[in-house]
Amino acid sequence: MFAALLLVFREVLEAALIVTIVLAVTRGVPGRGRWVLAGVAAGVVGAITVALFADGIANAMEGMGQEVFNAGVLLLAVAMLAWHAIWMSQHGRELAAQMKAIGGAVANHTRPPSVLIAVVALAVLREGSEVVLFMYGLSAGGTSSGAQAIGSALGLVAGVAVGALLYFGLLRIPMRHFFTVTNWMVVFLAAGMAGQAANYLVQADYLPALKQKMWDTSWLLTNQSDVGNAMRALVGYDAQPTGIQVAFWIGTAVLIALGMKSLGRAKPAPASRGGVAPEGSPVAPT
Amino acid sequence: MRLFAFLAALAFAGAATADAEFTLTIRDHKFEPAELKVPAGQKIKLLVVNEDDSAEEFESHELNREKIVAPKGRITVIVGPLEPGRYPFFGEFHIETAQGALIAE
Repeated sequence: MFAALLLVFREVLEAALIVTIVLAVTRGVPGRGRWVLAGVAAGVVGAITVALFADGIANAMEGMGQEVFNAGVLLLAVAMLAWHAIWMSQHGRELAAQMKAIGGAVANHTRPPSVLIAVVALAVLREGSEVVLFMYGLSAGGTSSGAQAIGSALGLVAGVAVGALLYFGLLRIPMRHFFTVTNWMVVFLAAGMAGQAANYLVQADYLPALKQKMWDTSWLLTNQSDVGNAMRALVGYDAQPTGIQVAFWIGTAVLIALGMKSLGRAKPAPASRGGVAPEGSPVAPT
Repeated sequence: MRLFAFLAALAFAGAATADAEFTLTIRDHKFEPAELKVPAGQKIKLLVVNEDDSAEEFESHELNREKIVAPKGRITVIVGPLEPGRYPFFGEFHIETAQGALIAE
């Protein structure tokens, strides 16, 4: 039962953390709950589909289909997160100002960006397919399957609960810093996913590892620990990263940050930045 | 002539780095063999065959690998080059019984 609890907890937690970040960055968007739920539902359907074709996927690409599939799903999510982070750097300031002005709801933004809903669906698909295969194994028989089913259910609840804890923790961040913090979380999330994708391609022998073990911080935090696992989902933590994993992590973070900086400033500076507004303008938000 | 020499060299390099192949079988949620000796210092192809009716996940922290094996399915895992040593692996879906290790020497 505990083995089942732990396995389901870990997989659910990884997806729940990503859903949490998406919920945080879409704060104030009306109806986002329904959209995120739709993303989760699409992810569950995807996970079941992937589980059904697990053998076919594994045998594709000369036996490396699973790695290539995982890398593809991750890189797709990275692209969407990058797009969103850069978009938010242009609009985040306006959003925060609007939310302040009208008390938590953003008027001119009727639904959350579909890229983020897709990120939710991809996260649930990836982590969920493993849970589906595991549960299917349980339902296929075995003496202790009842206890394992209870363990799985508890794992699901616990994973969602930790995600909720993170969410309510994030809500305590003051509004003027909120989108800055969550946007950086998106950047680190994307960088971590890119690093993991690189590792899958190394495992498939499509990319060189460059170096098998850049460093080893297992003494501080192991990959197997629950905190290590959560940190992997959030920022791509790996106690023993490969060279190319580190390169992908840094490359992705730098590219998105550069995109945010250059494109975020490409728009004419809003009055609140001081360029156009006369000194001591009464409308300048704090 | 130079081109031929080059191609010959390439072919030789290809042959020299050809992966050694080994098979692990999962039966009744156990690995057979539970300990597998493999050569150190070269890439290895592991064929993991699942003869059970339920899925398994081949996982190893030491090898940094995690891969699902469908019921009655098979997967290929490429590892190495490994330094000499013991590299435990396990089946995450049946962790109580599915335990094993690669011995690189």
